[in-house]
Amino acid sequence: MAFHGMIGRKLGMTQIFTDEGNAVAVTVLEMQPNAISQVRTEEVDGYNAIQLAFGSRKEKNLTKPVIGHLKKAGVAGAQRLREFRVPAGELEGYKAGGSIGVDVLEGVDHIDVAATSKGHGFTGVVVRHNFAGCNTMTHGTHEAFRHGGSIGMGTFPGRVFKGKKMAGQMGNKRVTVQSLKIIRIDTERNLVLVRGGVPGARNAVVEIRPAVKK
Amino acid sequence: MNVIDQLEKEYLRAETPTFRAGDTLIVHAKIREGTKERVQLFEGICIARHNGGTGSTFTVRKMAADGVGVERVFPLHSPRVEKIEVKRLGRVRRAKLYYLRELRGRKARISERIMSKK
Repeated sequence: MAFHGMIGRKLGMTQIFTDEGNAVAVTVLEMQPNAISQVRTEEVDGYNAIQLAFGSRKEKNLTKPVIGHLKKAGVAGAQRLREFRVPAGELEGYKAGGSIGVDVLEGVDHIDVAATSKGHGFTGVVVRHNFAGCNTMTHGTHEAFRHGGSIGMGTFPGRVFKGKKMAGQMGNKRVTVQSLKIIRIDTERNLVLVRGGVPGARNAVVEIRPAVKK
Repeated sequence: MNVIDQLEKEYLRAETPTFRAGDTLIVHAKIREGTKERVQLFEGICIARHNGGTGSTFTVRKMAADGVGVERVFPLHSPRVEKIEVKRLGRVRRAKLYYLRELRGRKARISERIMSKK
């Protein structure tokens, strides 16, 4: 069974030494076995995918449609359901009610990791876009120490260009980090160590999938 | 125990000699030249220790030729640091001896720490 995706939890970061003796910064991801709640096929759904269930949730906190859906597959309860596309012809081995664990990552070098980034609220341009603010705190500058300056030209074009960097909500949105190298897989404790940082706070739910660019 | 602490434990050096800032150390550091690996000794005064699990480091300062100070920061738990020998214990009243950078010759001396007998 090849690797097509999994849902897990971010535990935090640390630093470890490789066999060559180099220190690498790693993020520790906990990948408990995911239950397969549904297998989508070309004939029935129009595309091939597996739907995975992550975590557990009390039945009273789930809606009736979700309970019914999970019962059909024989899955106890789920905190998060997510589909992962599977190329045609690789669906064998996946069955609703089954489960996949970290061992599917054996032999995988790089993965993409997606999660909801830490929310910073409404932030100004200095924090959000690394604007410099004003360059001098003296020489008559007033009220504009952390402003972004001009937002465009005058009568022509007579509007502000789309995508202009301004203040606004920062973080708390889905971010994908591509091509993170897998440093170590611990099948006993269901851990995956990837090189570098991963979006989200500790205990955030993360999705991993095969690296698109590798 | 926290999973990350458990994980870090696997990478910690089994035995570290007890030493602190002010002690004179001989560090056996593995150096890779092309494909060959050899051990280089670095002897000097430990001027700082930085504790942080697997990321713990210590700084060793020595005076090279022409009175040029050389400092190296070694990761305490790195497999590239083969051995740490404590040559002499020093008596100092600070945890970080950065003031030694400004001192030369006789002023940069550190008196010996005599272990109190118990």
